[in-house]
Amino acid sequence: MSEHYRVAIVGSGPAGLSAAAHAAELGMPHILIEKTDHLSDTIFKYQKGKHVMATPSNLVLRSDIDFDAGKREFILDTWDTQIEEHKVNVRLNSEVTAITGETGNFKIELKGGDTIQAEAVVMAIGTQGNPNKLRCPGSDLPLIQYQLDDPGEYFDEHITVVGSGDAGIENALGLAADPAQRNVVSILNRRAEFARAKPANVALLEEAEREGRISVRRETNPSEVRDAELVLETRDGAETIPCDRIIARTGSQPPRGFVEGCGIEFTSEERSAFPKLTPSFETTKSGIHVIGALAGYPLIKHCMNQGYDVIEFLNGNHDLKPADEPILAEKFAALPGNRSVDEWLEIFRNNIVILNELSPLQMRELMLDSDVAAFDSHDMIFVRNDPGSSMFCIAEGSVLVEVNPDDSSITVPIEQGSIFGEVGLISGRRRGSTIRAAEPAVTLELSRTAALKLIATVPSAGRAVNRITIERQLLQMFGSGLTKEDVAELVEAAEVVEIRAGQNVVEEGGDDKDIFVIQQGSMIVEKNLGGKPIFLSYLPAGSYFGEMAVIDGSKRTATVKAAIKSEVVKFPGDAFLRLMEKNPALRERALNDMASRRQVNSFVEERKESFSGAVDMYSETAKFLIDNGIGEATDVLLIDETLCVGCDNCEKACADSHEGLSRLDREAGRTYAHLHVPTSCRHCEHPHCMADCPPNAIKRGPDGEVFIDETCIGCGNCQRNCPYGVIRMDPKPPKKPSLLSWLLFGAGPGPGEASYSWRKKTAEKKGLEQAKQAIKCDMCAGIDGGPACVRACPTGAAIRVAPEKFLTFTKLVEDVD
Amino acid sequence: MASSAKNSGSANFERAEKRRDTDHESFLSHKRMRWLKVSVALCLIVIVSYFLVDVEPRHNGGTWYGYTLGTIGALLIVWLSLLGIRKRNMSPGRWSLKAWTSAHVYLGLALIVIGTMHTGFQLGWNVHTLAWALMMLVVISGIYGISAYATLPRSLSNNAREMTRGQMVEALAAIDRQLETAAQPLDRGEADAVIAALGQDVFKAGFLARLTGTYPRCATARAQNSFPAGSINKAEEKVSALLGRRKAQLGQIRRHMRYRALLEVWLFIHVPATIALIAALAAHIISVFYYW
Repeated sequence: MSEHYRVAIVGSGPAGLSAAAHAAELGMPHILIEKTDHLSDTIFKYQKGKHVMATPSNLVLRSDIDFDAGKREFILDTWDTQIEEHKVNVRLNSEVTAITGETGNFKIELKGGDTIQAEAVVMAIGTQGNPNKLRCPGSDLPLIQYQLDDPGEYFDEHITVVGSGDAGIENALGLAADPAQRNVVSILNRRAEFARAKPANVALLEEAEREGRISVRRETNPSEVRDAELVLETRDGAETIPCDRIIARTGSQPPRGFVEGCGIEFTSEERSAFPKLTPSFETTKSGIHVIGALAGYPLIKHCMNQGYDVIEFLNGNHDLKPADEPILAEKFAALPGNRSVDEWLEIFRNNIVILNELSPLQMRELMLDSDVAAFDSHDMIFVRNDPGSSMFCIAEGSVLVEVNPDDSSITVPIEQGSIFGEVGLISGRRRGSTIRAAEPAVTLELSRTAALKLIATVPSAGRAVNRITIERQLLQMFGSGLTKEDVAELVEAAEVVEIRAGQNVVEEGGDDKDIFVIQQGSMIVEKNLGGKPIFLSYLPAGSYFGEMAVIDGSKRTATVKAAIKSEVVKFPGDAFLRLMEKNPALRERALNDMASRRQVNSFVEERKESFSGAVDMYSETAKFLIDNGIGEATDVLLIDETLCVGCDNCEKACADSHEGLSRLDREAGRTYAHLHVPTSCRHCEHPHCMADCPPNAIKRGPDGEVFIDETCIGCGNCQRNCPYGVIRMDPKPPKKPSLLSWLLFGAGPGPGEASYSWRKKTAEKKGLEQAKQAIKCDMCAGIDGGPACVRACPTGAAIRVAPEKFLTFTKLVEDVD
Repeated sequence: MASSAKNSGSANFERAEKRRDTDHESFLSHKRMRWLKVSVALCLIVIVSYFLVDVEPRHNGGTWYGYTLGTIGALLIVWLSLLGIRKRNMSPGRWSLKAWTSAHVYLGLALIVIGTMHTGFQLGWNVHTLAWALMMLVVISGIYGISAYATLPRSLSNNAREMTRGQMVEALAAIDRQLETAAQPLDRGEADAVIAALGQDVFKAGFLARLTGTYPRCATARAQNSFPAGSINKAEEKVSALLGRRKAQLGQIRRHMRYRALLEVWLFIHVPATIALIAALAAHIISVFYYW
């Protein structure tokens, strides 16, 4: 049996719902297919009572169903009722297994054998994907489940959790938490270690194991599922255990495989790539459309607008302007020439080399995250040492780079169509030189996220940016006098190499002859002294190394390895030698650099003879700091525990400077030789927290601080992505009574962060909203005097340092102990 | 406008660079002992002038010289006591609490000289001498405070072994849960000893116990004695080992509480004595002017 529709919409998230509602409104024969037994599974799975935000606030909602910021329950209720009111044809519990056919006649196969015929398909399946299934005989038995909603609802069962990630461990702990439930809980791990899970979760699991609450089976796989029992494959052979329920948490399969199976091409092989789309959301498979998160728009409002738009397009309305039109119009209003949005988009696309291959839809998306600006001759665009990780493109006019910080009249031009600022983008460091407009110019500034996405998804853009970066970095590093032509040979021979944290790039005693430039990340230099590797120095992004062996033909004198995951550019040594021969100034410069590095090395070596203890201490301390992520920091809080009296005034000051919540935990964190690294933001060069922020609310500010702005939707991605645990999710607390009224009358909770109960009670009393948002250190940006934690330390124990200033021999030996 | 923003931006950058570059110094050596130098100079001036200035009939608080020292001293006392406000009032501005502490310490020590010279060594049983005595009490308790701040943080850090207070308590709770399970097979007498150990409130400790770190009525230590080595079976051995771990964990928590107590106990004299001092000082000043 088969049904026939004009359009089939797969997935009932915000995008699918909105599309279906509009199809119903227009009277278009349609069907909305949903895998689960309820609408909008992603939002359904949010925790109860979660406040859902509606950003970007300047974007108008264009949909037949309503959406505004509010509680999860309210939003789901609204959608359920409105979908019913619009008489949307919904089919729940139907998982699509394949889409075949051509435009006008698609066949959609459902699990269970049913098929649906549709002229067009709209895919709105999001990016969650399907959980990985167990791959063993019996894996289709009903005792297997892939999600655990409420661990409290199972009693007297033998339950086996499969999976060694956080989800599996948390489920197992939840099931075994209350002994009154009398569950026998086992967890299976394919490997010997729980390497993928958070250390805190592993510690809890190991404690539960010691106490006998959970049976932890390592190096064990499920090999067959039977009714009420499970056969395990262990290191010592097969074993059968009683089992009433299996909870499989072995990750999920991104939907890409399924989408590609339908004949849809993606922009690249990158994991982060999206399907190729036309302005009307049509994929490379004519008749199949992709909208929502799968199309690269993770925000609810975007999704709903696209649902509306795609149905309009299918209905033949090809003049529909996207809902972001007014936002772009406002952006372009400041530019000269009075051109329309479409005209400007064409100018940007045609003039800027790296944007040539973009589709209009991609252009629009890029613009949302970007800024445009017009400059007069001699206007500064940015100044040396400004922080900034955005990349600029020149749409019209040209700019000048001041290559010599001491003499602003020495400049190098960059022509129309090219880019600048890419070093800041790639290295995460401050601007290397001042740039001003040479003539009236129009620039397009791509935010870090937009630029990285562009590089990753448009291969030609990636290659162009890479080449320019290498060339500019060489010119900048070796100073004036060099021209593009001089370094052309090096640029041609350059090879970008990714280095894992801890991997050696150069090994002491080796006789390879390459020169390296650190493009991203940082390196440490170590030398073997008396059988132990001794830390010599720290090299931040933008430094070069390996020149000694090239210049004097010797073996490598020290080992250079990555402090964090890094990228280096490798150049052949002989090309560098030829360049030096042609340029006496460069030769002198390189010899000087080499001499000063030699000096540091011999200084440490000498000290090793006379003060072996101090050198060991220095070396160990430096390694400890690197291990704790200082290598990727730009500004990190350290606490000298020989001075810290534990008054927690730093935390109190932090809370009192920022709406009443502390962004640091002094006590937590690692310590070595009385140097303590508390849980507090290090403002990483390449912040992990920025990786996946749907509203792009995490930015780098003018003083180099990484901060979260008010558009945060409280999704918690940044908290999960931060490896240092420095982001907390909390609602903004109510205002406290003044210090004076506390001192004199004991009103309120006093200085510092108020207790959770006071905040909750007072907020309820005042009727304040309790939406959780992400909170992290902003380095007290905008507060006169700088970081409160340091200013408020009574003994001088709290210091904030930059790694390249702190990781030096003199500093560490003098300061530590 | 744009250029002024840029300028302030680069000024911020330079300040931040200076901060990141800072040679980190303790409050005692802040800015190469700036306040020690100020304080020593102040004391020298006071001492030398005390012997050089010839006032009639003799040095006391009532001469012009005495009034000068008294005014300086009283102003100093008021300013020194404001540290308590400064510490709690996290206002913006380019101040540092460390600089305040440094000045507080050294200028506070200078008060010994200034205050004593102000008395002209005329002490007696009156409100004036009370003020002086309270001042000395505050200063002496402060000297203890400096020594505690200078020596104890190291021990506090060594003892913590990277554990937070919460983790220490959690570690104890984990041992307790294991003890409870392990003690099930024991006989009544032994089980009672374990129950007594588990039932004792770790944080209910007397003032002296907390300061000295000795807990003669520790039920865990007593319970341990019920399991003499050599004559015990497997179950008892396990409980005994767990009791040993519990005692070690208790030891860490108790040492932590002791160091924290030693770091804070002096404030219970320093602060109330300061308030009393300000009251006595007010009485002293009012009575002086009343009888003028």
